[in-house]
Parts: sequence; structure tokens; C-alpha cells
Amino acid sequence: MAKYLLLKHYRGAPAPVNDVCMDRWTPQEISAHIQYMQDFGARLEQTGEFVDGQAVAPEGTFVRYDGEGRPPVTDGPFAETKDLIAGWMVIDVDSYERALELAGELSAAPGAGGKPIHEWIELRPFLAMPPTITE
Amino acid sequence: MLRSLTPSVLGILVRRGADFAAAEDAVQDALIEAVRVWPTDPPRDPKGWLVTVAWHKFLDATRADTARRRREDLLDEQPAPGPAPEVDDTLWLYFLCAHPALTPSSAVALTLRAVGGLTTRQIAQAYLVPEATMAQRISRAKRTVSGVRFDQPGDVATVLRVLYLVFNEGYSGDVDLAAEAIRLTRQLAAAIDHPEVAGLLALMLLHHARRASRTALDGALVPLAEQDRSRWDTEAIAEGVEILQSALARDRLGQFQAQAAIAALHADATTAQETDWVQIVEWYDELTRLTDNPIVRLNRAVALGEADGPRAGLAALAALDGSLPRRTAVAAYLHERDGDLATAARLYAEAARKAPNLAERDHLTRQAARLNSRRSR
Repeated sequence: MAKYLLLKHYRGAPAPVNDVCMDRWTPQEISAHIQYMQDFGARLEQTGEFVDGQAVAPEGTFVRYDGEGRPPVTDGPFAETKDLIAGWMVIDVDSYERALELAGELSAAPGAGGKPIHEWIELRPFLAMPPTITE
Repeated sequence: MLRSLTPSVLGILVRRGADFAAAEDAVQDALIEAVRVWPTDPPRDPKGWLVTVAWHKFLDATRADTARRRREDLLDEQPAPGPAPEVDDTLWLYFLCAHPALTPSSAVALTLRAVGGLTTRQIAQAYLVPEATMAQRISRAKRTVSGVRFDQPGDVATVLRVLYLVFNEGYSGDVDLAAEAIRLTRQLAAAIDHPEVAGLLALMLLHHARRASRTALDGALVPLAEQDRSRWDTEAIAEGVEILQSALARDRLGQFQAQAAIAALHADATTAQETDWVQIVEWYDELTRLTDNPIVRLNRAVALGEADGPRAGLAALAALDGSLPRRTAVAAYLHERDGDLATAARLYAEAARKAPNLAERDHLTRQAARLNSRRSR
């Protein structure tokens, strides 16, 4: 088994094929999209491959240590050019191929016109613990 | 039944001199034992049974401990077992678990564990943190309050804040936190005669009564005006209103009674159109007087928008800080009611980006989409 991080981006990823801002969809299209995402997560729980999933707000701040006794420095809100994560899902699957397959399914979530968004999903393997047997 | 006995049993053990953390473990052990034994051999006096078993568990644990001398001291000091003043024990535990030295999240966890008798796993699930993290949070909280001895009653307001948090936040794993908060507040109301405790209980019952109608089948939020009021729990509403009325009659108004009064006015309207917004605005004025907080003034702007029209609501909104949570959503709503759909759609989309949770974000995005698709048609 190997764990993978599936990342969705508010921005920073290449533009999806079906690139229409969500508030320009119809309310029914929004409902269909949310349903697809819920079903996707529920199905992974059923197959025993779901680990965690969270969405994060688009607004945030960079923070940096600024030396002893001083308050941390902040920089934000994020500039428009920066990569911005929208949310993640962690899966635990048997193979890289399976991870690719699932990321592809996530990218096929329906958007405007009920058609797949073809959104870019970033797929990142977790660095795992070293195995017990090494030779 | 079992869990309702937990706080007073725990209170008795601590009164007898048991250290809080050890007493709490002992009570949990006794509860497990009760679940095992009671179905085949039910005790005549469940509470007495629990006190005896928990006390023995505590002594066993202490014996196993290196602190032998301390145990012997305790045995010497142990008062004769007998009918304990139940009310005081329960109440004492509420105050302890909401002690001002605790952070809100610790106070919530400790209350659910010690007063509510929930397991660490259940509490962890409800707040979506790993069980080990919650266990650590609870044991730190126990350590923080372990030296506390009350010779005077604590501040009821701190307890109410904790119960309000339990009701208002957290997810439902296998425990329904809202129902648990109601149970704990009901138990508190039985232990202490205080109009604000009654006010909070009424507030919870009145909001809980609307729960079934608050979300659609697909999980989407349903705003108050669009809820199917035939699905409101009339029994809970009747109980909430009755509790509130007798609290208000005592003429010691507080913020929870005022909030409950607003909830009662909503519950009173058979359709959204029948809502008595003028009275609701008056209650918001009372609330502002009791606790001048910007969220109250934001809600007051919504009520004013209904009572005196959207322009009045927008005028009230103008005085409020732009960074206030949900202010943009309120502005969007008032602009829509004022007929300015373009501004409303833009503000709904902006509010969605600032939404503090997914359900609200989805709801606000849908509002923007609804207006945009209507305008483009």
C-alpha cells in the first residue's frame, strides 16, 4: 500500500478544459458537482482507500519567524500570481496506477453544462517509513 | 440512564478526596463494569452501586500506584459512605470542567468526558481529531484542574459558554453533540435555579426543533424562510417556549433568554411571512444592550431589513466593520431584496470565497449562480 496526496488548486495549476467559474454554473450543475464529490469520497471509504480529505479557504497568510522576542512576520493575503491550494484528499492504494485512475476520476467531476471539468489534479506520493526488510 | 449518573458519582469520589484524574478513570471503569454486569444482575440502587464499584476501582488503582502512603491517608480521611448531596456534586463538576483556567476546547472536551460520560474516542470523532490528541487534551485539562477545590460556587456564565459551544460546534460521529448538549443543560437546569440556564436550554430546544428542516436531502443548507415548517418539532418548541416564559417572568434578563426569545418568535410564525420582525428587532436591541457584540448588530441589520425594508437594513449594515464574518452574505441578501441583482450576485460570490464552512460556501455559490443564471436568461 502507498499513500498519495491529491491536491486541488484554486490557481497555480494549468487551466482546466471546462473553465467556467462556479458562480456562473446553474444551481443544478453545482448540486451535481457536489454530489459527485461526495459519492467519490464515499466510494473510496467503501473500498478502504480513503484516508482524509479537507477543503481550505482561499484566503490565508504566509508567516515567518522574525527573531527572539519579536512577533512573527506575516505576508498576505496571497498575491494573485501565487499557487493556491483549494483542498486535498489522501488515499491509500495498492499501486501508482490506481492512484492515477482515481485522480483522473476526480478530475472528471461535472461542471458547467454538466460536462467534466477536466481539472488538473496534483498527485504526490507520501514519503513512507522505511521497510523492515531491506536486503 | 448510566451516563446521567456519571457526574454525581464522579463528584462524590472527588469529594471523598480522590484526585480528579484518578477518580475519572475509576468512574469510567465502573461504567464498563456496569454495562457488563447490569443486564443480568441489575442493582437496586444504581448510583450507590456505581459509587461503591468506582471507589474500589480507585483504591485498587491507588494501591497499584507507588503512592501507598497517600492512599492510607485517604482511607483515614474517608467519610462514611451515605446519601451524598446529589445536586451539589453534579453542579460542582460542571464548574470544575468549565474552570476559567481551561481553554475553551479543553473545557468542552473535559465536560463531555467527565460530565457527559462520553469516551475519548467519541469526543475525538466529534471534533475530527486523532484519538491520541484528544486523550492528551483531556489529560492536560484534568491536570490543570486537579488542584482546584471549590469553597464557593463558580460562575454559571462560564458553564453556559461551554455548553453553548458543545451545542453549536463539532460534527456528529456516533454521538449527537446537539442532543448531548441539551441533555447536559437539562441536567444543569435541574441542579441549579438560574434564569440564564433556563434561557440556554430554551434556546437549544427551539433551534433543535428546526433541525430536520435545516438541510435538504442532498445536504444543502435550507435558509429559515424556505424551511418546511411542518417538519419543525412542535413538542420541542412548546417545551422551549414554556421554559423561556417562566424564565422571563423572573425579570432577570440575560443574553441567552433574549436569543431564545428571538428563536421563539420565529417558531411562532406558521409561515415566514407571518414573522413578527418588529418584535425581533426589539429583542436585538435588548441583546445589544446586554452584550454589545458586532455579530448581534449584524443579525439586527437582517431583522431591520425585514421590518423596515432592505434600505434600512443596508443603512444599519454600513456602520459595521467590513471584515465582520458573514457581513458580505448579509449585504448580498439585502441587495437582492432591494432589487439590485447584479450587486447581489457579485457579493454572494465574494461571500462564498470568505465562507467559514463548506455548507455555507456551497449555499452562497448557489445563490450567486441562481441570480447569474436568471440575469443571463
